[in-house]
Amino acid sequence: MIQLENLTKTFTLPSTTIVAADKVNMTVPSGEICVLLGPSGCGKTTALKMINRLIPPTSGRILINGEDTSGLNDIELRRQIGYVIQQIGLFPNMTVEQNICVVPKMLGWDIKRAKARAAELIDLVGLDPRQFLHRYPKELSGGQQQRIGVIRALAADPPVMLMDEPFGAIDPINREIIQDEFLKMQAELKKTIMFVSHDIDEAVKMGDKIAIFRAGKIEQFDAPDKILAHPANPFVADFVGADRTLKRLRLVTAEEVTDRNCPVVSRRATPQEARNAARSSDSRIIVVIDADHRPVGYVTAEEMEGADGSITDFAHALPATVPVRADLRAVVSEMFANDVMWLACTDDKGRFAGIVTQPAVTAALGETYKRSEMN
Amino acid sequence: MEIIQFIANNWSSILGMAFEHITIVGVAVGLAILTGVPIGIAITQNRRVADTVLYVASIIVTIPSIALFGLMIPILSHIGQGIGWLPAVIAILLYSQLPIVRNTYTAITNVDPALREAAKGMGMTAAQRLWQVEIPIAVPVIMAGVRTAVVMNIDVAAIAAYIGAGGLGVLISRGISQTDPRQLITGALAVSLLAIVADWALLQLQKRLTPAGLKH
Repeated sequence: MIQLENLTKTFTLPSTTIVAADKVNMTVPSGEICVLLGPSGCGKTTALKMINRLIPPTSGRILINGEDTSGLNDIELRRQIGYVIQQIGLFPNMTVEQNICVVPKMLGWDIKRAKARAAELIDLVGLDPRQFLHRYPKELSGGQQQRIGVIRALAADPPVMLMDEPFGAIDPINREIIQDEFLKMQAELKKTIMFVSHDIDEAVKMGDKIAIFRAGKIEQFDAPDKILAHPANPFVADFVGADRTLKRLRLVTAEEVTDRNCPVVSRRATPQEARNAARSSDSRIIVVIDADHRPVGYVTAEEMEGADGSITDFAHALPATVPVRADLRAVVSEMFANDVMWLACTDDKGRFAGIVTQPAVTAALGETYKRSEMN
Repeated sequence: MEIIQFIANNWSSILGMAFEHITIVGVAVGLAILTGVPIGIAITQNRRVADTVLYVASIIVTIPSIALFGLMIPILSHIGQGIGWLPAVIAILLYSQLPIVRNTYTAITNVDPALREAAKGMGMTAAQRLWQVEIPIAVPVIMAGVRTAVVMNIDVAAIAAYIGAGGLGVLISRGISQTDPRQLITGALAVSLLAIVADWALLQLQKRLTPAGLKH
């Protein structure tokens, strides 16, 4: 857990005094990622760097797991906090292994243990230890370097991590991949993380909480969905963007809005069976599945009225299917691409899991608004 | 032909003088590394001090070596060392400061600030940052400064023959005073050759000392 209490930083210049952080108060519960978000110069990086005292606070308290950090000297404090920066900062004169072992060595770990840890961590980010441990940073791609930068910060297993725009210098495709990898890692490691970003999409994706900064002050500190649904003031609304409701699409998975009661019939079924199925569920659409329960097409209730013969004579092809794990942005994108109002969802094994309809999506987005209006 | 004959006949004394020459430059530049590198690192802490130190070092280099020797005679006479080996070493020590201090200073200040921030943020002490990160990265540039110092001062050491420091400069000074082209040319060739060999040898050393991760 990280607690900031009235954390303040002022810089005194000959002509004026600049308040870079103004009585910042926040609590990040253990195992959560808190994204500090805001335009450049808003004080988010200052707030972050005060935690490991790269910038000494002017006043206020910082507590890590309930302990006031002012009792520790700078060096002790920093060795207990993982630190990742945008420029990565791998030491070019050291191999990947040596880079990862820097903090464990300073903490007096046995060299064997430190090396075993390095190999374990490299494996964790999907790189082959035998291949990568003895390479130098310049022999790695940008994405690989940033992965090493992250695991170097994790080397001594610190409870708290500070990440200063860690994925900012990576191309958009690799950034998505590394973000996903990192979230997967975090699901297991459960570190308490302060994460600076200037990118609302990244913040929504990575953050359990988001703190929006302006001029050294927190404008809003809330869960991403809350911030998107209910910006506290015009500044926040403006910062998260006019398309904030669309951004919320990423926060909901298809699974959450899937209609599981959609009737299904096998390919060998008769129109009569399809009619019965439709009637019992009150649905217009009947999805046709194969022997493995995979969706292969659909028929409508109207077509089935008075129809005769085989279902396959009537069945239309499905324009696309989406996995239930996909977020709604991907789902809506598929809908628009295929000009349809609904899509069939499949589970991890490709079996039919239900359908997602455009009304269900809009209802889900609207729901948060109503829910909190009732609060 | 005459020159080859001369070299063949005086082989051992030429080698002796070369040895003296190398000793003067070696001792002086060795001491210059021991003083210049710490100075170069120390002045990275303060821009104004750095500017002053580098300015003074530049001025020293502009003093002609023969004048510097002359200046030292009255001073060092107090300890009975007005001429000879000691003033030669001191002069070279002074001349070597500029390339060594400047290169050290430049190399350390040019270390990527991101590395410094990462090192600091990971909890390295100032000494650990210096020894584990900054100096290893600065070594190639510092060594380039040492090479400059050595090559530049092999010439200065030749002139030191005039104040009785010995070395290959003796052949040159004798060649001039005795109007003996054999000695003059042999001395000149030997000094040039020594400079070329020293430069090459130090380049190899520089390559060996460059961390593998920084090699191209």
